[in-house]
Order: sequence, then structure tokens, then C-alpha cells
Amino acid sequence: MSLPPEATAHRTAAADSGVIHNIGYRSYQGPRLGRSYATRSLFVQSLRAAYGLGRSGKSKVLPMLVLGVLGAPALVIVALAILQHSKQLPLDYPQYLSAFSLFVVIFLAAQAPVLMSRDLRHQTVPLYFSRPITRSDYVRAKFGAMVAAMMLLMTVPLVVLYVGSILGGLPFGHNTGHFLYGLVAAALYAVLYSALGLLIAASTPRRGFGVAAIMGVLVVSSIIAGIVFNLSVGSGGQVLDSAQWSAVLSPSTLVDGLVNQIFGLAENPNTTHAPGALGVVVFAAEIAVLVVGSYWLMLSRYRKI
Amino acid sequence: MNRTVARLTVRGLLGRRRGVLLLVVPALLLVISVIARGADVDKHDLAVNILGTLSLGTLVPILGLVVGTGVIATEIDDGSIVYLLAKPLPRWKIITTKLAVAIVTTWVFAAIPTLLAGLIIYGTKDNLAVAFTLGTLVSGAAYSAVFLLLGVVTRHAVVAGLAYALVWESLVGNFVSGAKTLSVQQWGLSVAKAVAADGSLTAPVALGVAIPLLIVITVAATVFASVRLAGMTLASEE
Repeated sequence: MSLPPEATAHRTAAADSGVIHNIGYRSYQGPRLGRSYATRSLFVQSLRAAYGLGRSGKSKVLPMLVLGVLGAPALVIVALAILQHSKQLPLDYPQYLSAFSLFVVIFLAAQAPVLMSRDLRHQTVPLYFSRPITRSDYVRAKFGAMVAAMMLLMTVPLVVLYVGSILGGLPFGHNTGHFLYGLVAAALYAVLYSALGLLIAASTPRRGFGVAAIMGVLVVSSIIAGIVFNLSVGSGGQVLDSAQWSAVLSPSTLVDGLVNQIFGLAENPNTTHAPGALGVVVFAAEIAVLVVGSYWLMLSRYRKI
Repeated sequence: MNRTVARLTVRGLLGRRRGVLLLVVPALLLVISVIARGADVDKHDLAVNILGTLSLGTLVPILGLVVGTGVIATEIDDGSIVYLLAKPLPRWKIITTKLAVAIVTTWVFAAIPTLLAGLIIYGTKDNLAVAFTLGTLVSGAAYSAVFLLLGVVTRHAVVAGLAYALVWESLVGNFVSGAKTLSVQQWGLSVAKAVAADGSLTAPVALGVAIPLLIVITVAATVFASVRLAGMTLASEE
């Protein structure tokens, strides 16, 4: 099928006027670093952001303050133990974490929204997904960063206690063992708290609301666990093992109880501990369900964006 | 008071699903008191524990924080406050209206459930339920004013407020008894003690100290917030 001559002439004229000049655009020829590299970068950037590194001076204040406040009592404890030539630290490693857990919770409440809510608020999440990373990579990087940040926060005072007690000539074997128990407790706290905190932070673009909600959930649940514990003690005054089941109501007592029971750290019946073998199984299962459940909810939350 | 501002604030605070989220606080308090009612322990200690530690000590500060900062800090944060500031309305009126909304919300979501919880656990004995309700009313008002001020002053109002409510009032207050003199929670407890039957409650702060401090702090926070809002420029941040 040939076109009429006028039409062909018209077409060539149009083509002549619409020349595309070659101005030297070149496509990218270098190596493509790919998905895992992008995920790793997001992890590093989020971990730094959790401590305010690479952000304004103001945002460094709180994480560094919490780090300092959590580490300072460890120095005092070590100094006291050395000065008094005691054979044992006045506060055991896992107990240190549960005694100062309020600061860990404050860190979580203040920094989890930094990792999650800001991206939602400024609608930068879709920009991440225009890169090679997938939604699950995003959640994985953020979760990993939060766990690493929390772990770092709790490891610092433990290391101070450990190094101090070794330098002070306290028994090496006992301290190494209990230091490792402390690290296990720290890892459990880090994973459980991060899962819950990030889930709450991911559900709201408002930072303030996220902070209050995380704090509310963790603090109120531990107070309720305390009240229920007192309820089940009864008027007799002696603590039954059944009262220990109240620990399932709060994430902090859950980890505390599990660690104390597994490592045999509960010396008197008042200390939080998982009641018996069944208790260990139930406590561990609840932690696993909470972590996996929150992670799954986070994944499904980002699937919609 | 300005009715339009009040209406918009209530809608911003309780609209959509946010009001339902705030309902968690009273629901929690009522559920735990119903459970506690059946337990066989000293009811007096239990009532003091639930009403004092859980309600007055934790739920009221957290609710006051969410509500007090929620009425103004969220608007400052997302910049929509400029539409309100551009209206020919004295700025102190904006503050007082928002404060009134915050106080009433705190009362509805904290004081009424406290009264119900007290009646469920302990009945009308020793006036304990009414006492704690009154304590919740005054401390709820003071918390609202203080946290509203924080919301105007700093962009990190929630963190600062939490640091005050949990670290200062609970942690430092437990070790340093002087810190309790400067604690809204203890002032509320002091008011509660004055109403409750003799010997049923202990409060570390005397009533003669607590009431003037409550009034001074509430009024000063409101005035200072008004001054700060009056000096706020309309330029956008960053």
C-alpha cells in the first residue's frame, strides 16, 4: 500500500523539522550493586539514625543521654565492688538490665518512630521501593537496625561491668558465665522490644503519638503485671509459683522471667521467674509469637504502601 | 473560649479512630478493677495500688501527655496552625480554648473511669473513690496545662513530657524525696488525701504546699504558652 505523494512529502517535511540531536547521553555502564547492597545501606543508615549520627545535633542529645545514663550506674557499681573488695557484683548482669529497663524503653520509644514514622510522614517510603529493594527488605533492614541499636545500648553497660569486675579480680569463670547470660537477656530484650516498638511506630505517621503509644504499652503493661502479681500473691503473704504467671502480661517481665529461670538466677521466690518447665516453654513461645507476629504485621502493613 | 476553635480541636483530637484509641485507657482501668474485685486480698491496698499507681501515677500522665500535646503540638508540627494564627483572634484565646478542650477530655477519659474503678473495687468506704477522682481531676488539669506548654515550646514535647512524667516523678521521686515536692502526681495525691478518711492514704506533700503549687503551675503554664504562641512567627520551619 503506497501513500499518495502529497502525504509522503508532508511526512518527510515533518521528520526534517523534528530532528533529535545526539547530545551525548550515555547509559550507566558501571557495576550494579543490587538489592543486598541497598538493603545493607538502609541498615547502616537506620542504625546511624537511631543514635542521631548523620542527623542534626539536637537529635543526638537523647540517644547519647540514654546511653550515658544507662552506662553510668555500671561504672559506680564496679567502682563500689572494687573498693569494697567484694567477691561478687552487687547487681548481676541480667538484673542490671531489668533494673534499668526504663531507660531502654525510653530509647525504644524515642527512636523507633525516628526509624519508621519519618519515612511515612514525609512519604519517602515509595521512593525506597523505586530502588531495587523490596518491601520485605525494607522491613528487614529497619528491624535489624533497631535490634542492633538496642543491643549496642545494652551491651555497653554489660561490658563495663564485665571488664571492671575482671580488672577488680573478681572470679573469672563466674563473671564470664553471667556476662554471657546478660548478653542473652539483652538479645531477647532487643528483639522483642524492637518488634513491638517498630510495629507501633509503623502504624502512625505522627511521631509524638508513636512515642506515647510505645511508652504507654510497655509501661502500663508492666504495671498491670505487677498489680496482677500482687493479686495472686493472696493475703497469706507467701509467693506461690502460680503468681509468676502474671509475667506473661508484660514484655519486660516475660524476658526477665525466662532468663532467670533458664539460667537459675532466681534465688528467692519473689524474683520474677518462669514457673517450671511448662513456664519456660510458654514464656519462650509467647516471645516467639510476639516477635514473629509483629514482624508479619509490619510486612503486611508495608505491602499496602 | 471560642466555639469554632473548640469544635475543630475536639475533631482533631477525637476524630477518625483516635477517640477509640483513647478509650483503651478507661477500658483497661475498668477491666482490671473488675478482675481485682474478685481477688482475695486486702482491698484497701489494692484500691490504693490500682487507683494510685496505675490511674493517677501512669494513665493520667500518659493521657495528659497525648491529649495536652495532641491539641496543639500536632498542628504546629504539620504546619496547619498557621491557618488558625492568621485569623483575627487573640492568641491567648486559642490557648485557653485548647486547654479547656484538653482538660475536659482528660477528665472524661481519666477521672470518670477512676471514679467507677474506685466504686467497683472498694465501694464508697473511706471516701477513697471520690478522693482519687478529685486527685485525678486536679492533676489532670495541671498535666494538660504543662504538656500543652511543652507542645508550644519544643518540637520534642512528647519525649520531654515522658522524661518528666516517668523519670522525674517515678524514678527520681522514689530515690530523692525532695523531687516529690515538684511532682504533679504527688500534688494530686495530696488533694486525694485531704478528701479521703483519716489514715487511709499517705501523701508526702502537704496540702498547703500542693494547692498553691497546682494553681501557680497551671496558670503560669497557660500564660507562658500564650506568650510563646503570641510570639510565634508564621514562617515555615526548615
